[in-house]
Amino acid sequence: MATTLADDLRPLHHPRSWLTKYVWSQDHKVIAIQYSVTAILIGVVALILSALMRLQLGFPGLFPSIQPDNYLQFVSMHGMIMVVYLLTALLLGGFGNYLIPLMVGARDMVFPFVNMLSYWLYLLSVIVLVAGFFVPGGPTGAGWTLYPPQAITEGTPGHQWGIATMLVSLAIFVAAFTMGGLNYVTTVLQARTKGMTLMRMPLSVWGIFTASIMGLLAFPALFVAAIMMLFDHFAGTSFFMPTMQSMGRITPTEGGSPLLFQHLFWFFGHPEVYIVALPAFGIVSDLISVHARRNIFGYRMMVWAIVIIGALSFVVWAHHMYVSGMNPYFGFFFATSTLIIAIPTAIKVYNWLLTLWRGNIHMRVPMLFAIAFIFTFIHGGLSGLFLGNVSVDVPLSDTFFVVAHFHMVMGVSPVLVIFGAIYHWYPKIFGRMWNETLGKLHFWITFLGVYAIFLPMHYLGILGVPRRYYALGETAFIPESVHLANEWITIAALIVFAAQGLFFFNMIWSLFRGPRADPNPWGAASLEWLTPQTPPAHGNWGPHLPVVYRWAYDYSVPGAARDFIPQTEPRA
Amino acid sequence: MPIAVAIALLVLGSVAFHLFSPWWRTPLASNWGSIDSALDVTLWICAAAFILLNLFMAWVLVRYRNRPGHKAHYEPENATLEKRLTFWTAIGIAGMLAPGLVAWGKYVSVPKEAAIVEAVGQQWQWSFRYPGPDGVLGAAAVKYISPDNVLGLDPLDPYGRDDLLVEAGDLHLPVGKPVKIVLRSKDVLHDFYVPEFRAKMDLVPGIVTYFWMTPTKAGTYDILCAELCGTGHHEMRGKVVVETPKAFAEWQAQQTSFSQILADMPQAAISIMLIKANACTISAPRSIR
Repeated sequence: MATTLADDLRPLHHPRSWLTKYVWSQDHKVIAIQYSVTAILIGVVALILSALMRLQLGFPGLFPSIQPDNYLQFVSMHGMIMVVYLLTALLLGGFGNYLIPLMVGARDMVFPFVNMLSYWLYLLSVIVLVAGFFVPGGPTGAGWTLYPPQAITEGTPGHQWGIATMLVSLAIFVAAFTMGGLNYVTTVLQARTKGMTLMRMPLSVWGIFTASIMGLLAFPALFVAAIMMLFDHFAGTSFFMPTMQSMGRITPTEGGSPLLFQHLFWFFGHPEVYIVALPAFGIVSDLISVHARRNIFGYRMMVWAIVIIGALSFVVWAHHMYVSGMNPYFGFFFATSTLIIAIPTAIKVYNWLLTLWRGNIHMRVPMLFAIAFIFTFIHGGLSGLFLGNVSVDVPLSDTFFVVAHFHMVMGVSPVLVIFGAIYHWYPKIFGRMWNETLGKLHFWITFLGVYAIFLPMHYLGILGVPRRYYALGETAFIPESVHLANEWITIAALIVFAAQGLFFFNMIWSLFRGPRADPNPWGAASLEWLTPQTPPAHGNWGPHLPVVYRWAYDYSVPGAARDFIPQTEPRA
Repeated sequence: MPIAVAIALLVLGSVAFHLFSPWWRTPLASNWGSIDSALDVTLWICAAAFILLNLFMAWVLVRYRNRPGHKAHYEPENATLEKRLTFWTAIGIAGMLAPGLVAWGKYVSVPKEAAIVEAVGQQWQWSFRYPGPDGVLGAAAVKYISPDNVLGLDPLDPYGRDDLLVEAGDLHLPVGKPVKIVLRSKDVLHDFYVPEFRAKMDLVPGIVTYFWMTPTKAGTYDILCAELCGTGHHEMRGKVVVETPKAFAEWQAQQTSFSQILADMPQAAISIMLIKANACTISAPRSIR
């Protein structure tokens, strides 16, 4: 039986002024919105960078102000912002913060002050990151992977100050994440309400919970890598710096290992993929179940799949390094572990499909995004098998195939889930309803557009077109049609870019003009829809905590009066 | 309903795109047909899964759409179905992993008879070194690099004297002969990448990396850098000329050896080079056979 906090409201930090209610707030819901808004704003910066990149690739030479250095800076900042500062922050800091206490029946996170501190440190990390645009030499252009030695040697844009702001920002982000992550894990373990056993938790919580544990284990690797590189850069150490030349001069460094950095980076970087994916997996499971009016199919299998994927993701990192020059015999182990992880992942896909199967599917906007996610995730998951399958990776690595794969699987897919989730929980968060027509329009342009962007990229990659190239130049094996494809991809990207305006307009307009939302507009069974107020007030549950009697997926139970039974309804 | 149609059309569209796409692998010019077949096996298994799963979804979206009087079925688990799906997935995964690992097994076993060639990367150009008549590349390291000794050969290593140096020129390879390409970087990470050979490998400063292959088709191919190496990454180009053994031998005869370079140097410069080299013999790197 779960430990429960008392119905006592006194320990909560009650806001006394506007400032403590909305700015220095310790309420998980306010912090969630702060996290989300910050993440989305910096995400828009990354989106603009991607549009600039596409302009250069689609119409090389048309924009003389985009020089090779600028292009590499766009690539690097776009990647790092999207992966860390948008996806990780939004899925864990945003959705994690909002959903965990509400879904497990807690009044707040167990360490509200630390939770607040987590956000402000995150904001600081974003400010330091953005400062990189304004330091001499601009932001780093070493790729989001920041590989040394080039990240801190001449010949790479931002090798002096841009890389420093990036590394410092990452270190601050890791501190911020640790504060948040400890909160999420502890809240799930300690603050569940009476009756909320682990195996009654919604899959959203399972995904966020597992991802938080993974983050606490994986981010330290990034943290030490960042600190070590800062030492190499400013203190003259040689952790990652071998005896080498830089622009024709021998550097004072000696004996360091660039591969060590790659191992540290990917020991963080691969779990990071699942730190983003698992919350998305959990959330999309809930969207599908609610809008298909059907219990999640194979719940226990789904939970175990999340846990197994989380564990396995720590022993696959070197599949990013098949051609890095590490001992090639590692390839056998890492290919096998990588392809094994496909089994629990496939089970998740089957169970989403089998949840839809024999359901009663309502095609509302959140559901459309969930279905689109299944499609793009199947696509991106399968293309991952090519890259995981060691020898097949050799011709494909560092080509557009890789770009297409990871955008499909960890760019497009989680972002579709995020859109679906925002549409899904918006009525609870703000108490207002968004405009359905705009939502559908946003969905169709985004879904079809991203597929038009990324499907052809796979084929350019199979042809051998390399990634991170400012211009393809005169290359015998690249026909004229590739340039044409690049133009079309850019046009599709700009359309998708513009269509996001529909989303922002819809969300902001509905905040003020949207019709009042029903407290439970989708007829969902999980706790967050059962709060006494909408939006939920501070403390979430009024005088008494809810008591849970069943799992979160009692939809269309035979003999029941309605097609869902809330978790708080006692068993007959 | 529209989403079901869209999913089905996207599946058909993807298949059509695959069939009519003008972009596919470049014609193979090396022995790595096994990599191509491993890719094909992976593709067929993945394509089957992609088509089946998505068409199933499209059908489900139509068949179980919300309409008056329709109700969902309540069935939390179906252990038999889940076990069967897991089993068949494992079979499919094993089916593509096997050829992948077999090809990798070949990729990591360099044949004994393979010739040795060194490719040296620097920002942003390629240079090459052949071992000369003795078949052994002399020791080399960054610390030996000087304007007269751009590839950093150890002047005290007798194996290095007959090495042939091709600075910022084309790589020539005889067709049909296996070759181990030894990779060394003077500055940052690079990657030796010729799409037609399928093979590639990073150059890592501080260590020597390698891969092997047998060029099977005469011709001239672009060498690209496939590891982001700074501003000029996209311009770090080279050419590899695959030619008949006879043409290769003729070309090789015209290349300059390290002893010729030394012979052309002023006596004073040689003395300085040797003194410097002597000072760092304590941890001299080994020759590569």
